[in-house]
Amino acid sequence: MAELTQDGRKIGDILLEVKNITLAFGGVKALTNISFDIKEGEIRAIIGPNGAGKSSMLNVISGFYHPQQGEVWFRGQKRGPMRPYEVARQGIARTFQNIALFKGMSTLDNLMTGRITQMHTNILWQALWKGPAEREEIAHREKVERIIDFLGIQAIRKTPVGRLPYGLQKRVELGRALAAEAKLLLLDEPMAGMNLEEKEDMCRFILDVNEEFGTTIALIEHDMGVVMDLSDRVVVLDYGKKLADGTPNEVRNDPAVIEAYLGVGH
Amino acid sequence: MFYRESGDFKTSYSADQQTFPIRLDRHVVYGILAFAFLVVPFLINDYWEKSVLLPFLVWAMAALGLNILTGFCGQVSLGTGGFMAVGAYACYKLMVAFPWLNMFIVVILAGLITAMVGVVFGLPSLRIKGFYLAVATLASQFFLVWLFNKVPWFYNYSASGMISAPERTLFGIPVTGAEAPPWMTYLFCLTLVTIFAFIAHNLVRGRIGRSWMAIRDMDIAAEIIGVPPLKAKLSAFAVSSFYIGMSGAMLFALYLGSAEPNDSFGIAKSFLVLFMIIIGGLGSILGSFLGAAFLTLMPVLLKNIMVGWFGWPADLAAHLELLLIGALIMFFLIVEPHGLAQLWRVTKERLRLWPFPH
Amino acid sequence: MSPELLNVLEVIINGLLAGVMYSLVALGFVLIYKASGIFNYAQGVMALFAALTLVGFQTGQIPFAHVINTIFGTHLETWGPGLPTFFAILLTMGVMVLFAYLVERIVLRHMVNQAPIILFMTTIGLAYFMEGFGDLMWGADIKTMDVGLPSGASTWFETMTAGWATEGSNYPGMYVDMLDVAAAGIAILLVVVLTLFSQYTKTGRALRAVADDHQAALTVGISLRTIWVIVWSIAGFVALVAGIMWGAKSGVQFSLSLIALKALPVLILGGFTSIPGAIVGGLIIGVGEKLFEYSIGGMLGGATENWFAYVLALFFLMFRPQGLFGERIIERV
Repeated sequence: MAELTQDGRKIGDILLEVKNITLAFGGVKALTNISFDIKEGEIRAIIGPNGAGKSSMLNVISGFYHPQQGEVWFRGQKRGPMRPYEVARQGIARTFQNIALFKGMSTLDNLMTGRITQMHTNILWQALWKGPAEREEIAHREKVERIIDFLGIQAIRKTPVGRLPYGLQKRVELGRALAAEAKLLLLDEPMAGMNLEEKEDMCRFILDVNEEFGTTIALIEHDMGVVMDLSDRVVVLDYGKKLADGTPNEVRNDPAVIEAYLGVGH
Repeated sequence: MFYRESGDFKTSYSADQQTFPIRLDRHVVYGILAFAFLVVPFLINDYWEKSVLLPFLVWAMAALGLNILTGFCGQVSLGTGGFMAVGAYACYKLMVAFPWLNMFIVVILAGLITAMVGVVFGLPSLRIKGFYLAVATLASQFFLVWLFNKVPWFYNYSASGMISAPERTLFGIPVTGAEAPPWMTYLFCLTLVTIFAFIAHNLVRGRIGRSWMAIRDMDIAAEIIGVPPLKAKLSAFAVSSFYIGMSGAMLFALYLGSAEPNDSFGIAKSFLVLFMIIIGGLGSILGSFLGAAFLTLMPVLLKNIMVGWFGWPADLAAHLELLLIGALIMFFLIVEPHGLAQLWRVTKERLRLWPFPH
Repeated sequence: MSPELLNVLEVIINGLLAGVMYSLVALGFVLIYKASGIFNYAQGVMALFAALTLVGFQTGQIPFAHVINTIFGTHLETWGPGLPTFFAILLTMGVMVLFAYLVERIVLRHMVNQAPIILFMTTIGLAYFMEGFGDLMWGADIKTMDVGLPSGASTWFETMTAGWATEGSNYPGMYVDMLDVAAAGIAILLVVVLTLFSQYTKTGRALRAVADDHQAALTVGISLRTIWVIVWSIAGFVALVAGIMWGAKSGVQFSLSLIALKALPVLILGGFTSIPGAIVGGLIIGVGEKLFEYSIGGMLGGATENWFAYVLALFFLMFRPQGLFGERIIERV
């Protein structure tokens, strides 16, 4: 089944599939009958104009919104009604459009919180600290330190994230999502508000994560250059409806997409 | 120059994560503990025990508890007085029912019972947030105090409606009741508070503490990255009530000797503990101690100065105390919302560089 | 009608009258909350302070007499026979405006953009401060308040309702305190005036604008600071009215400040942002707690009024976290 991309990465079976999702708030329909899939190992982009329902789609995938109709299939199984933290436990991590870091905690603690789904010592051992709790803490600390190295944020390890500049906060947030070692990583506008250099760094991180760890990534982004370069396949939403779905080249030349989003005259 | 961490290298993560990472801090804290355990018991007298040391320890325990809930988990509670009452009455019932039971175990059991009550009253926190929750916790405050007033079983049908602690001994020496020597009650409280302060620190720095702080800082994001809000909030309510229950038990059995729900555990006490953690520092173990010390010592000091030296009437001093506490609360919230603990951190950072400006 | 039914009716009427008083206090909370997003715990102490000041002016007390006497060994008490009620009320209003100005100047100005819960705790500090300040200024002894409101049982109502009972049942008639009726009347008048003020005056429109969006209000040239002073002054007037009513009923003393605690569940029930909510919430709680005490309270040992309102509000919150009339909360990431 496995197919190879041009640069030699392996794309596997379908990891996550949404089928006929319809989501409404009161009378307003945010998503109408949306279906697409995400394959293992690929970088999947979701694009569309503001208010198209991209973030709502991510919120449905991470279990924060419950759609009125439709199904979410993850790793070959239909997902029942689930709380967001249970979805996280299944192996879906994400970042947020407006940075949602824990402002009162240090960078290190934020990343360690990202691993919370994998820490299990009970409260009595925690109270004692010496023994299992400390061993578990150090084992996870080692993993987190690798991510800190990878992202190059050693110097701000112990700084409360509230004091960090915007670009670094974005990076810490990526780190927190990486720390979860998830099967599927959802990135909600990872490059919003960044300058060119920061964008390049972020692109590099995303590609590296995908290549080194084989993590599947779904991302929302407005910068078309970034989207076309990074992603293997693109799905386009507009007014809560799916406009197109395919490789960057197919999407770029789709008349409906040009009409609604890209515009002419590039 | 004197206070510094340069040259204090860490070669393992375990050394980096220890309780007091800076060597000087470590020495100072161990020094203070040694003094408190080995020297103070020989110097202590009735006055110091009853007006300074015991209240400080009891309120420090309560402040630790509330700080876990409010400072670390972000759930504001005004029910502290009610939960202290649960601890006190549980302690009383246990002391009477099992006279042979070790007092340490009695106090801890009283804490556990309070923890269970705390979980029940913490259930609304799953749906209610912010000051809606703060107001909802007032329900527990009023309901519990009313309960202990109206149900005679709790005070063993005593005519006065009060509970008073019978004498219990530890290693043959009375620790409760009128005969208990000051050093004994002091050491008893000190031991408990020291142990549970370290436990609080351990909880706060690990997985559970992080799940609390994640809920405090951004509850929705916390849930999406995998913190179960139900478990995090209820565990915070449980641990917090456990501490508050123990402090209530200590307040009743060791400090007051007898108690009555309205006066000993009224809403004023809930506010007092809340003020302690605001002044001391929300989300700081050290802050709980600083706040408790500040608000137990200040009235004693004011009273000594105004009534003792100037000969002013006591009611005037009491009014001035209210006024000062209120002004201080506002001052801290405006100028330094992180309290005395933050002032101390800033001072430490300055000291590290002193005498050089940068 | 049977005497039992009439008894229940009497409980409901008294509950409604008590509820109006709760609404009155809750109204002060809602005003400040709408305009500045501050949940003002000090509202109760403001009522106490206003009542103390009013009585002080009426009886001609010298402010801080106790303190001055202690420090200088003098024996000051009063400066004269006191002011007529009308002037005393006017002067007290002036004091409340001054108070509003000082609060804005010293406290609120520094608290812009703080989390609501921090603001709430600040007002608890303010409540402690004012309590100490009021006691130092006017003394902590219990004072009687007399502003010429009617009081005592209404004999007219009693004889009328006695006639409703079935023949020969010896029903004595309902007890309704004239003071409660007067208070209810004044409260209703106050609500009407406030509603008209906020709907039809320029300042009222500015107030509503600020309540909607601070930033937007600033950009169209509304001065937040002036608005806050106005709102706190109005809340001060409401506190004065509440202080007069409650003070006339049970004396001016510390427990007066605890009416704030009575108003909190009213607010939860009615929603923090809604004036009709505060009124309906007050009535529900007034009737609810009186009926509960009448029907079940006796079996539980009485004094259930201490907590009933809170437990009711708590249950209510579990099902409708935004209150009866509050705006629906939509959670976003």
